[in-house]
Amino acid sequence: MTDIIKLTAAQIAERIASGELTAVQVTEAHLARIEAVDEKVHAFLHVDREGALAQAREVDAKRERGEKLGPLAGVPLALKDIFTTKGIPTTVGSKILEGWIPPYDATLTKRLKDADVVILGKTNMDEFAMGSSTENSAYGPTGNPWDLTKIPGGSGGGSSAALAAYQAPLAIGTDTGGSIRQPAAVTGTVGVKPTYGSVSRYGMVAFSSSLDQGGPCARTVLDAALLHEVIAGHDPMDSTSIDAPVPPVVEAARNGSVQGMRVGVVKQFRGEGYQAGVVQRFDESVELLKELGAEIVELDCPSFDLALAAYYLIAPSECSSNLARFDGLRYGLRAGDDGTRSAEDVTALTREAGFGPEVKRRVMLGTYALSSGYYDAYYGSAQKVRTLITRDFEKAFEQVDVIVSPTTPTTAFAIGERADDPMAMYLADLCTIPTNLAGNAAMSLPCGLAPEDNLPVGLQIIAPALKDDRLYKVGAAVEAAFTARWGHHLLEEAPSL
Amino acid sequence: MPGITREEVAHLARLARLELKDEELEHFAGQLDDIIGAVARVSEVAEQDVPPTSHPLPLTNVMRPDEVRPSLTPQEALSGAPAQEQQRFKVPQILGED
Repeated sequence: MTDIIKLTAAQIAERIASGELTAVQVTEAHLARIEAVDEKVHAFLHVDREGALAQAREVDAKRERGEKLGPLAGVPLALKDIFTTKGIPTTVGSKILEGWIPPYDATLTKRLKDADVVILGKTNMDEFAMGSSTENSAYGPTGNPWDLTKIPGGSGGGSSAALAAYQAPLAIGTDTGGSIRQPAAVTGTVGVKPTYGSVSRYGMVAFSSSLDQGGPCARTVLDAALLHEVIAGHDPMDSTSIDAPVPPVVEAARNGSVQGMRVGVVKQFRGEGYQAGVVQRFDESVELLKELGAEIVELDCPSFDLALAAYYLIAPSECSSNLARFDGLRYGLRAGDDGTRSAEDVTALTREAGFGPEVKRRVMLGTYALSSGYYDAYYGSAQKVRTLITRDFEKAFEQVDVIVSPTTPTTAFAIGERADDPMAMYLADLCTIPTNLAGNAAMSLPCGLAPEDNLPVGLQIIAPALKDDRLYKVGAAVEAAFTARWGHHLLEEAPSL
Repeated sequence: MPGITREEVAHLARLARLELKDEELEHFAGQLDDIIGAVARVSEVAEQDVPPTSHPLPLTNVMRPDEVRPSLTPQEALSGAPAQEQQRFKVPQILGED
């Protein structure tokens, strides 16, 4: 069983297709692993044992009937609890949706099912995807499989932890300010934020609609690419969905190379607050890129210094509007309805009882930033910063093919360490946020362990919008070179659970 | 930059339909003040002649033919309702008696 859970998604799919393994065997191995370790890790909020086995049996039956199987048929996946799943609880890590069973599937859920991917269950997350540590989940934090006293990143900490703990070879995350890449970085896994609009947001519970983007999480670059191809593509159900062909990401992942590429290093992605070991591993990655034939170009993107500030005005503003739907009237929790109170009072009591502190903080912040008298100074200015950041990227991509940076300024911090200091917590997203504001594509992949704490460091690769294939081409080359240097995948160095 | 007072937080909470407890009002006043102080730097660009970007994509409204299509059944649509009556959402009173 140990062997099965260590296989990559590509290997599992191949062995199922050849009949060497059945989808049921693979699913059972992962369910057994979840049962064995999830009490410690708490990556999952809901495990759909019966549903997963039924899907696996269907894949095996299809194969026996000689029907064509998709490239990831029978491969198990852990789905962030932000995507609606028909008949399976969806809570977004919040008490306000405790026990809610959606009557429909998100487009992404449907695409996974149509591709015969086996959905194991729903993963833990910061409430409404607000956070960088998964400590804001109403159902308790997730542990980092490298050190259970450390955070697994957020908001998709459950998805990345499930990969690092070998509970699933594939997972889905969403990235509003870094919630796919930052967890990937601190757990030693791969995470991709595709170009904004390239993966449908229909049925993905909205936090900040102009920034939210679903994407693949995996242990290898190729696995992420295979999943990317399954979930991306135009969706008429989503007015923010781009009607353009999905770039050839799998082909790029199979042909990794940086030979002759121009790779940008941004001046603003270093300085105070960066851990020495993170900077060291990043500098080594830049050296590696040079050795592999890339030309390194220094870039100046002055507006990036304002990105964090702009983000923490725009995201709360959009969330204060999006979360108005949680009013206790049509679904979810209803509190204080004793027959004497008005709908308005019941709504206020419901939201007080159902939302956690970070959600309340952001709703209040957004309400403030959008209020008359402050709108121009805060929200309006933040939108101008967004323009400047987009221009900085445009200028940068005239000179380079991709940009690289550390994914996070530090490795995983201790659970509880930053819980009462929102500004310290927000710094975790320093390097990931500019990409969300501009809508372009980015990936995080492991580039070693920080010498001071032996915890994983992530390398971020950023590409222009709709050039997601460049992430995979560069990522695959870096991954291959590092794996050759280390003699194994980085996760092999994680302590056994 | 004016500090955010407890009273202002209480007003925001009412606007946001959040029945905050007293200790939360106090706590959030301090934190919101810190956060606003840190993010106010964006106003450095306020005077510049820069058009705002509200969205990374140029959005256009998506229209479809006005045709009846299969959708959720009333039972499905009401399946998550905290209270229902006669195939409708049952909500607390919306209009006051006076």
